[in-house]
Amino acid sequence: MKRIVFLFSCLALAQPAFAAWAQDARDPGGVQAAHIHLLWLVMLAVTTIVSAAVLIAFLIPLWRAPRGNEETPPDPEAPLREERGASRSVIVAAVISVIGLFGLLVASVATDRALAHLPLDNGISLEMTGHQWWWEVRYTDANASKEFSTANELHIPVGRPVTITLKADDVIHSFWVPNLHGKKDMIPGRDSIIQLRADRPGTYRGQCAEFCGYQHAYMALVVTAEPAADFDKWKQAQVASAAAPTDALRTQGQQVFLTSTCMMCHAIQGTTANARKAPDLTHVASRPTLASGALPNTPDNLKNWIADPQKIKPGVNMPATALAEEDLRALVAYLSGLK
Amino acid sequence: MSAGSDALTGISALSPDQQARLERAWGDEPGFYGWLKSVNHKTIGRRFIVTAMCFFAAAGILAAIMRLQLARPANTVVGPDLYNQLFTVHGTTMMFLFAVPVMQAMAVYFVPIMVGTRNIAFARMNAFAYWIYLFGGLMLFGALMVNAGPDAGWFSYVPLAGPEYSAGKRSDFWAQLITFTEVSGLLVSIEIITTVFKLRAPGMTLNRIPLFVWAMLVTAFMIMFAMPSVMFASTALITDRLVGTHFYNPAEGGDAILWQHLFWFFGHPEVYFIFIPALGMMSSVISTFARRPVFGYPVMVLSLVATAFLSFGLWVHHMFATQIPELGKSFFTAASMIIAIPTALQIFCWIATLWLGRLNLRTPLLFVLAFFVILLIGGMTGLMLASVPLDLQIHDTYFVVAHLHYVLIGGAVFPLFGAIYYWFPKITGRMLSEHLGRWNFWLFFIGFNVAFFPMHVLGLKGMPRRVYTYPADMGWNELNLVATIGAAMIAVSMVLFVVNVVISYRSRAATPANPWGASTLEWATDSPPRPYNFARIPVIGGREPLWEASGIKGHVHGLSYDTPELLITTVQDAALDHRMAFPRPTIWPLLTAIAVTVLFISSIFTPWAVVWASIPVTIALIAWFWPTRREAAEILALERKP
Repeated sequence: MKRIVFLFSCLALAQPAFAAWAQDARDPGGVQAAHIHLLWLVMLAVTTIVSAAVLIAFLIPLWRAPRGNEETPPDPEAPLREERGASRSVIVAAVISVIGLFGLLVASVATDRALAHLPLDNGISLEMTGHQWWWEVRYTDANASKEFSTANELHIPVGRPVTITLKADDVIHSFWVPNLHGKKDMIPGRDSIIQLRADRPGTYRGQCAEFCGYQHAYMALVVTAEPAADFDKWKQAQVASAAAPTDALRTQGQQVFLTSTCMMCHAIQGTTANARKAPDLTHVASRPTLASGALPNTPDNLKNWIADPQKIKPGVNMPATALAEEDLRALVAYLSGLK
Repeated sequence: MSAGSDALTGISALSPDQQARLERAWGDEPGFYGWLKSVNHKTIGRRFIVTAMCFFAAAGILAAIMRLQLARPANTVVGPDLYNQLFTVHGTTMMFLFAVPVMQAMAVYFVPIMVGTRNIAFARMNAFAYWIYLFGGLMLFGALMVNAGPDAGWFSYVPLAGPEYSAGKRSDFWAQLITFTEVSGLLVSIEIITTVFKLRAPGMTLNRIPLFVWAMLVTAFMIMFAMPSVMFASTALITDRLVGTHFYNPAEGGDAILWQHLFWFFGHPEVYFIFIPALGMMSSVISTFARRPVFGYPVMVLSLVATAFLSFGLWVHHMFATQIPELGKSFFTAASMIIAIPTALQIFCWIATLWLGRLNLRTPLLFVLAFFVILLIGGMTGLMLASVPLDLQIHDTYFVVAHLHYVLIGGAVFPLFGAIYYWFPKITGRMLSEHLGRWNFWLFFIGFNVAFFPMHVLGLKGMPRRVYTYPADMGWNELNLVATIGAAMIAVSMVLFVVNVVISYRSRAATPANPWGASTLEWATDSPPRPYNFARIPVIGGREPLWEASGIKGHVHGLSYDTPELLITTVQDAALDHRMAFPRPTIWPLLTAIAVTVLFISSIFTPWAVVWASIPVTIALIAWFWPTRREAAEILALERKP
């Protein structure tokens, strides 16, 4: 029992190690996750106390009850006697259980209400679509010229509510950034909505939580919660079309992109590539990861990725692209310049 | 122990001639062919149990490979393609080929003996149910061997398992496995219900039925009500995949959520198909080793029934992250919490039994006592998962992996091992070694907690389920390594179990009829029982027949020695009703099972198989039910001359 209590208290008290990208339900970075975290602490405390009580009641007879063996005369008449003490204990324990469960139910419903009452004034809204195995993100705006798409990353302003419409393109995925909120499924044919707010600036990692096929393990998402000014700056940069290539190598790279299979699936705003099958690459170099969290975004990784994505993320829908070494170098130089 | 119970039911009550005649009437025919033809519930029950334990071992090996893969970040023991097959087949096997069947198998073996009869009702159907279960399981592992193992999870969510996103035949094998196990599960349920209702020994009124038999009766009813849901679901999945229906295709008016409702309407009760029989095993073992009846028999029975009803009202707690309206979800939170009450009541009653009893701390009791620690934690985390907001954080993470293993291993596998140690002499006539049993227990108990407790923390730290690997910088490395070490300890404990079984089985020590001094009827027969179970059918005078002075009041005269004949009693009071001739061994259940297997497997490849393969099935069934002259003559003879 001590061991159990000890382990449970470790669960409660241990502060998660601070990683660069937090992904931890016990380290709330926003109000929704904080509500749930509080409920977790309440539940943990109540269930630990109850478990301890039951274990004590269970261990006492093991320690104190008289011992017997196969030859010990059995006591078949026991149920005919009034075993009043035992009856009373069982009834009291049952009543306490009912009261305790009712308490937990109230705590759960209260948390539910708190989650549903997030104030939505001055919020932003965006749309996310789950694909096998990446996240499409579209920042919507009343003014169509201010809309833009990105992939596998979110930027949100600290302190402002965010309403995300969740869609799925192929199979069921689940949006989950544990430091900000619980999860919400993305189900084909049924749009859903999740509302959250980051209250502490930081970089939070999320990951698809509904099994979605081969590369479910590498379907990650990075959320940057930043002050409003930084967010606006980022948004400005994202709305802009891709930077035109400035040197010969990058111009060649752009040509490679536009004349190979890349443009059949990817879009780069400001060029003729506008397919929507795969992540929008207009500002690909500004993103922290490649291939939905499979690799840090460095030119070397990008090169290996383009050359043979199946080696890095087996089963991914992107085919290997057979390019001459210098074409590949030019292409990487071009894409790395798309800040 | 009631004096003379052995004289009434044991072999010594009969003359050698009578023994030989009964043996001929009820026994298996000699040789391998006779073995294939057997319809004796003990022969079938034994192979059912052994087969289920083999599937348990196979699925355990798959789990061990997964733990090796997850021991280190970015590991490459297996790739995503194989990993997804491994966890799908692991889950599917554990649920459909081990946990539910092994409980039913224990019932097939013990329920007829515990209610005091000579065979299970519908004995040929019982043989068929075993074969169809075996063939279904072999199909699944055959598919895995040829790299066609299902890979969409044991829950097989659409559209991932649908025609568009699961190419090849992998998901079809999964859906057809469900068909196999459904058929087997439903048939065994019918047999158990009929056996308990109509074949009880005279005097065993409803309120004298052993708690294990109550548990199996309740489970059998649950299976009959829950299975049709998954039966429809998996059939609709096959037709979506095979002939282009659109039950689950949102683009054509179908719905992906429909699958989840149908699957979990079955899937949640399924957890209780596994858990409720284990509760019955708990009661059997606790009563015997506390040397007294379980405290609060009526409460125990009503709790089982209440659990069964409530378990049909909580399926939506598997779907809290979908867009079901919030108010509706709260209802399911309440239902999920209420179901804790009947289980809590049973735990309190057992604890009261331990307080009031004289404890005989042998291996079976040790395994059963582990329930109080492990299931308690599993139950508590279950309450957390019942809460909608908290579930949104821990759903589909390793927290759930920890929870479900605490519930299923603590709530079912530990009691099952206790039951195996307890009933092993009644199955094989040998006792398992107490010494090895203790090593087996402590390694399993400690290994289990080392393997699964850290997973709670991993889930809170954001590790989702069903990932074939994880990056090194997530802070998950150490706990995953610890879990793998725990898994290795479990593996060693299981090897010890096998060693114990083999050594004990090969020892030649004879075991008395009632080595533990227990109270229920199975201990009134030899270890192992003769093919006809009881030399004479006992007349029951109490809830604890072997403990009470008037527990066995007498025995029944007049059943035939030469024709398998059973005593049929009334449902409520087990009063004498009539006699019934019983089927003899036949090969047709096996042949029918083969024909049905051909139909099921070939319909994976072409819908026309449903047409042409039904011809051999029809022929086999006609032959199965064709009355023989010999049987008709025997029955007529009994009618005239009882």
